[in-house]
Amino acid sequence: MRVTFTVNGRRQEADDVWEGESLLYVLRERLGLPGSKNACEQGECGSCTVRLDGDLVCSCLVAAGQAEGRDVRTVEGLAAEDGTLSPVQRAFVDAGAVQCGFCTPGLLVAADDLLARNPSPSDGDIREALSGNLCRCTGYEKILDAVRLAAARTAGTVDA
Amino acid sequence: MDFLRPASWPEALAAKAEHPAAVPIAGGTDVMVEINFDHRRPEHLLDLGRITELREWDGDGDTVRLGAAVPYTRIVEELAGDLPGLALAGRTVASPQIRNRGGVGGNLGTASPAGDAHPALLAGGAEVEAVSVRGTRLIPIDAFYTGVKRNALAPDELIRAVRLKKATGPQQFAKVGTRNAMVIAVCAFGIALHPDVRGVRTGIGSAAPTPIRATAAEEFLAAELADGGHWDRRGPLPPALLRHFAGLVAGAANPVDDVRGTAAYRRHALGVLARRTLTWTWEQYRGEERTPTCA
Repeated sequence: MRVTFTVNGRRQEADDVWEGESLLYVLRERLGLPGSKNACEQGECGSCTVRLDGDLVCSCLVAAGQAEGRDVRTVEGLAAEDGTLSPVQRAFVDAGAVQCGFCTPGLLVAADDLLARNPSPSDGDIREALSGNLCRCTGYEKILDAVRLAAARTAGTVDA
Repeated sequence: MDFLRPASWPEALAAKAEHPAAVPIAGGTDVMVEINFDHRRPEHLLDLGRITELREWDGDGDTVRLGAAVPYTRIVEELAGDLPGLALAGRTVASPQIRNRGGVGGNLGTASPAGDAHPALLAGGAEVEAVSVRGTRLIPIDAFYTGVKRNALAPDELIRAVRLKKATGPQQFAKVGTRNAMVIAVCAFGIALHPDVRGVRTGIGSAAPTPIRATAAEEFLAAELADGGHWDRRGPLPPALLRHFAGLVAGAANPVDDVRGTAAYRRHALGVLARRTLTWTWEQYRGEERTPTCA
């Protein structure tokens, strides 16, 4: 079947999509957007996290056909067109929140979603918001630092 | 495989009547796992994502009619006052990503004994609104779970909504797992005090082939509360009463040993959850404010 939806503001069409295929597969294998990672395929790890009509979701658990006509935002849509990193991306780099990098796209999308909803989250809010994203390298401390840094910079309480 | 995409509820019912083996998909948090892992290859997927009324709830009168696909995120945010037990249970579902997609209809359709909503639905005395082209019937929650991952739906029926009385008293839910997020319950317990009828209802999850009530524990507690004049006196409950209630809840379970825990552990933990949640609800009933916390 054919699936048509908007990805990062651009209308996209995927052909010959198998009916049981996930949105994640369509993004990675048919639209050439490999930023969303494929790991557990059961919603446990969060590495495929995207926004679907504004909601944070695991794209591995969205049937491709369910994305028809919807608006999808992936990690590729975070940075500006000229490559300028978003505040969350910049903060992950500066705080050293990246080790192997596999979980990073999902964490970035989840952290970006958190700060859009709650610009000055408590540590509890951050932990809750990232509780669906697994990282097997960093121990999370630097990831939490990065989210705090992004929030503080956006609020203007520390220098960018 | 065919992907059926009804634009309206009547179309969805017609599609289910024509293809009774079609697998309904809403949030996809159960169905897609089975497809991704090649455990299931349905001939038809029936996408309910376009049917807006499934994602609506209304609370006119003394009952909430909760659309089958209202995501847990909204149950937690919007229904903590009317349906506190279900909102607390929803709060423990997986992760933000999953709570944004999953709803009560999926928990009921899958009918896993570990589904987080079940103890709260049992304790709240829910009715499941099952609809087909033949009409609508209300299935009492006590009659809904018929076996391991089996339910009372006919092949041509879809779950439209769940109906739950608005809480008339405190409700609690507690769940045991290895961490707070992304956990399939080792065991779970829900309790609802119904002071309007001087009754108590409970629900046990992950500790029997289906979600069940602890009926003997409910009857014991209701009798003790009535005989002791506790509903009116609102005094503290005797420790012996709490212990006996906990023992009856543990005894109601019929758990198995599996990777998540042993049967003996589940029984023990259920007794602990029962005692704690009864204490919490009773303290709340007595008028002492307490913030629900982790069990």
